[in-house]
Amino acid sequence: MKYMLILRTTDEAKAAATELDFEQIIDAMGAYNESMMKAGVLLAGEGLSDPEDGFVVDFEADRPIVTDGPYGETHELFSGFWILQVASKEEAAEWASRAPLGPGSKLEVRRVTDEADFEAYADNEYVQKEAGWREQLGTK
Amino acid sequence: MSDVRRRIDAIWRIEGPRIVATLARMTGDVGLAEDLAQEAVVDALRQWPESGVPRNAGAWLTAVAKRRAIDGWRRRARLDERYRVLAQQLEEAREDDWQPIDDDVLRLVFTACHPVLSREAQIPLTLRLVGGLTTDEIARMLLVPVPTVQQRIVRAKRTLSAARVPIVTPEPDEWGGRLGAVLGVVYLIFTEGYAATRGDRWIRTELADEALRLGRVLAGLMPSEPEVHGLVALMEFQAARFAARVARDGSPVLLADQNRSRWDRVQIERGRAALRRVDALGRGRGSYALQAAIAECHAVAPSVASTDWDRIVLLYEALGRLAPSPVVDLNRAVAVSMATGPADALPIVERLAAEGTLAGSHLLPSVRGELLARLGRVEEACAQLRAAAELAGNERERAVLHGKADALAGSHTTGPAQ
Repeated sequence: MKYMLILRTTDEAKAAATELDFEQIIDAMGAYNESMMKAGVLLAGEGLSDPEDGFVVDFEADRPIVTDGPYGETHELFSGFWILQVASKEEAAEWASRAPLGPGSKLEVRRVTDEADFEAYADNEYVQKEAGWREQLGTK
Repeated sequence: MSDVRRRIDAIWRIEGPRIVATLARMTGDVGLAEDLAQEAVVDALRQWPESGVPRNAGAWLTAVAKRRAIDGWRRRARLDERYRVLAQQLEEAREDDWQPIDDDVLRLVFTACHPVLSREAQIPLTLRLVGGLTTDEIARMLLVPVPTVQQRIVRAKRTLSAARVPIVTPEPDEWGGRLGAVLGVVYLIFTEGYAATRGDRWIRTELADEALRLGRVLAGLMPSEPEVHGLVALMEFQAARFAARVARDGSPVLLADQNRSRWDRVQIERGRAALRRVDALGRGRGSYALQAAIAECHAVAPSVASTDWDRIVLLYEALGRLAPSPVVDLNRAVAVSMATGPADALPIVERLAAEGTLAGSHLLPSVRGELLARLGRVEEACAQLRAAAELAGNERERAVLHGKADALAGSHTTGPAQ
């Protein structure tokens, strides 16, 4: 089964990171990623640039509103992810707990759905189409 | 099962092989190393529910196992020099020094797949030592009772001990055959999951996933061995088709009938990347890489008809020269039948039948039946398909073969087949 480790960081964690030598952060993350590579469990992972570079699409109003910059007042931001292939929930938790993160960071760990989750809707036009979309995305 | 037990199992999967590898280097005995590590796990089960799981669980388990080894040797009435030195060395190593060494794990891989062991012993031992699986998990995956797995592992460890197998990475001159044994064990684990030979579950993904994980571990340990990447590529391509290989009622779907949009494109891409790593090493494609290249031809083709069958025939010819086997010839026959027609393929199959090397396997009569059917020789085709069904070890496969024969017999009397 696949799990996504979703990294959420707060202003506190961001501030703490500025105290550190960025090279050290890269080294710690690199060692963590390497340990998962060596164990054969890491399928994918990406980090995201600063939230200031991003924008938000809000569905509060009648029409979606696009605003620049980070979310208003939440201060907890999605800043990267890993996808692991493991045998159990506990194994996902074990890898997650080894991430080189400190106070102010959280990992939300979620199972990635697979076809089995949509078994009851296998006849749905879009469930069938999705497989085709995956093909397009995978070969783009 | 308690939460701590489940956590320990997860930790064991990650750390177990490296702990055993470290202890095996220290004690020179895989069986003893594993016993010590297991005793440490029992200690952990006793202590961790109270004390909590230590921050570096791997180091904790290794230290406890080492202490147990020293205590055991201390208790020996006549402590010989070897044990005195070992105990001394173990004493001197501080427990927070524990840093697993990749080479230790590699030595363990070669030991678990040593040619003195039968395949029956290598598979559970590899899953146990290198995969970090519990005996229960292995039993469930291999569809054998727990005591059987335990027995095989115990016997395997005794065999290694009796044969005085050193825990070393082989010398370069014996590397070839020994690496072949390691890759063979991993691929066997994969194929056992890929086409379950027993029982009625067509694909046991768990086992195939485990083999893939072992393959990726090997690729990390031996990055400059082309065949390791070739094996990973082959398994990625084959696993990418899992979702499409089973119909919703659990029956197998053959390549020609598979909905290719259900193949996992991301996984196919991983397979292609592994094959590129083979080529980047510049030492040519070995037998696993050639099989991967064949799987790649299927993976990138939009349909059976538009598959590059000529290229597949070439690849099978190369594979047949590198690793001659009747199964490769049989597959080549199938490819030839697709490239230039069943009339060209039938002689290959008939020669194989005459040689009798595949007697007892359902593969030959099932291919022969297909070819005869395409040539319009219906009665002979039915007989072959029925014979194949009788030989199939998997109930689902048997049903498919009987179904084909029924359809053929039906079409023969009532008009064209659907």
